[in-house]
Amino acid sequence: MRPVYLDNNATTMVAPEVKEAIIPLLEEEYGNPSSMHGLGGRSGKYLSEAREKVAAGLGCEPSEIIFTSCGTEGDNTAIHSAIESQPTKKHIITTRVEHPAVLNVAKHLERKGYEITLLGVDSEGRMDPDHLREAIRPDTALVSVMYANNESGVISPIEELVEITKERGVLFHTDAVQAVGKIPLDLKKLPVDYLVLSGHKIHAPKGVGALYLRRNTPFRPFMLGGHQELGRRGGTENIPGIVGLGVAMDLAVSHIDEENTRVRAMRDRLEKGLMASIPDAMINGVEAARLPNTLSIAFKYIEGEAMLLLLDQFKICASSGSACTSGSLEPSHVLRAMGVPFTYAHGSLRFSLSVYNTDEDIDLVLKELPPIISRLREFSPFRRGDEGLDWVDDH
Amino acid sequence: MWEYTDKVREHFLNPKNSGTIEGDDTVVGEVGSLSCGDALRLFLKIDDNGVIEDAKFQTFGCASAIASSSVLTEMVKGMTVEDAEKVSNQDIADALGGLPKEKMHCSVMGQEALEDAIRCYRGEEAAPAPEGEIVCKCFGVTDLQIKRAVIDNKLTTLEEVTNFTKAGGGCEDCHERIGEIIDEIRFGVTELDLKPLVVEPVKLTNIKRFQLVSQTIDEEIRPALHKDGGDIELIDIEGTEVIVSLRGACVGCPSSGVTLKDFVERRLKETVEEAITVREA
Ligand code: FES
Repeated sequence: MRPVYLDNNATTMVAPEVKEAIIPLLEEEYGNPSSMHGLGGRSGKYLSEAREKVAAGLGCEPSEIIFTSCGTEGDNTAIHSAIESQPTKKHIITTRVEHPAVLNVAKHLERKGYEITLLGVDSEGRMDPDHLREAIRPDTALVSVMYANNESGVISPIEELVEITKERGVLFHTDAVQAVGKIPLDLKKLPVDYLVLSGHKIHAPKGVGALYLRRNTPFRPFMLGGHQELGRRGGTENIPGIVGLGVAMDLAVSHIDEENTRVRAMRDRLEKGLMASIPDAMINGVEAARLPNTLSIAFKYIEGEAMLLLLDQFKICASSGSACTSGSLEPSHVLRAMGVPFTYAHGSLRFSLSVYNTDEDIDLVLKELPPIISRLREFSPFRRGDEGLDWVDDH
Repeated sequence: MWEYTDKVREHFLNPKNSGTIEGDDTVVGEVGSLSCGDALRLFLKIDDNGVIEDAKFQTFGCASAIASSSVLTEMVKGMTVEDAEKVSNQDIADALGGLPKEKMHCSVMGQEALEDAIRCYRGEEAAPAPEGEIVCKCFGVTDLQIKRAVIDNKLTTLEEVTNFTKAGGGCEDCHERIGEIIDEIRFGVTELDLKPLVVEPVKLTNIKRFQLVSQTIDEEIRPALHKDGGDIELIDIEGTEVIVSLRGACVGCPSSGVTLKDFVERRLKETVEEAITVREA
């Protein structure tokens, strides 16, 4: 039985077209693009074709694309570039709901003497652009705000945020790992300085990503080595991955409409169906603009990991913002930043769809999840009306 | 995904004894809270001979928490209260064929609920607030709870303390203090006194003082000096002044003054009496 895969914000399956494009590179086309012979030359050609595809998908120039190993590398490179090129500026602005690839870099820089402003979000996961306006200072080196959140799916008001930073002459980086392929994105209209994407979130294999670097934006290589990527990232290129990313980008662009119609409709049906059949449930970020594929839903009085394991019995793959799945003990920092009460935060599930999901997948979840919830609630010591008990401290 | 044993999976998928027990002969133990992410309510029905006739549970938590509760009810059924009292968190984990180390606090929760139920059976104050000073604000864990976990389970790292008590699993503000507690236990006084942490100074008789001093020198100080080829001899005790003579490699060693003050005297102050001073004959 094929799994009902509803965890596409974590990673995606490799698209058949992508797989097909990669195979020759694992067989006869194994040249090094830096080599001076026919085999190497052909690899070089694959490389530049992939670069053109990625650039076309984003609406930028091929020379503005640097291939990386993943989203984390892109985020790290962008942030380091921005601060190293402006050594006198010691202030960085980012948000509480960023991916660890940004948050942990910020924490690291804080230890090195940088001042970090973390912007919050409201209970729907939305950012207020005015907060950014107030936070920018003359010594602000960089503003880093994710395009769309991996857990809640909430989309940031990027256009407005970029405008504010442009007015003040501050560099802007966005982690667009979750946005690419799900919502239309055109860099001709969006003057960000750095944008990061990751291959395995758009049906390319793991281990490849790209960093968009706007022309004339300050840059300092993070990976030092050979002259690859115009000296902006040393290391022999991951040609199979990069070619896969090029094909995946083409597919992502062609899927955007379907994401926003069929995928969105499936997500909405799942959302409505679960809300109708399960009491004491709530949708995180329901009022906000959200990615069409993401549903973060929380069920009171039960814990996320238990739900995931029972769903796994039916080969349904989802993920949870609960602490018990992560090895940490606090529920997801994103849900906490949104002020989701503990009663709900521990019992949250995230379903993230892709164009490869079908109506049957949604039917199966709608059939199997409600009994799982009632079964777990059966033996939970908490139930409706229990909030008054003093050993139930929910803050 | 966590690596769970088949036992854990079995008890999670088909939990035994979930539910409640009503009736006058039923006692209830409660631990945890919604904010902590796990909570357990344990029901025990105990007969006139103090034998646990029936046990049931309600759990809010992950697979390990549910499995720990289920296996605990199986274990204690048929036990006398006295025997049940001896069930430790390690026993619960062992009965499940082990738990991932990050999940050991689930077994601790089982043990605590059992203790709470037994307290209730004995008519003692139900779930007294944990004594001691709160070290971890995120999870409300006190220094005494941490000390107990460290000693009972021979924990040596912050990570282990978090796995067993949850302390330190949130904002991380308490990490330094937890580290200090571990060090105090590992490198400081060997035994933990769970009750009074401040020891009232006791007036020693001359004979008692002499016994304690010579015992500490023989059992601790001399063996330590032997390792570096040195030795020490107790010459006399005048009031609280201890007169010793260094031997072997310690004689003429440029740091012998440090050895006397920082090691010999400090150790004697700790084990015998704060007022002790040491000088060389
Ligand atoms: S105070 Fe201990 S983790 Fe926050």
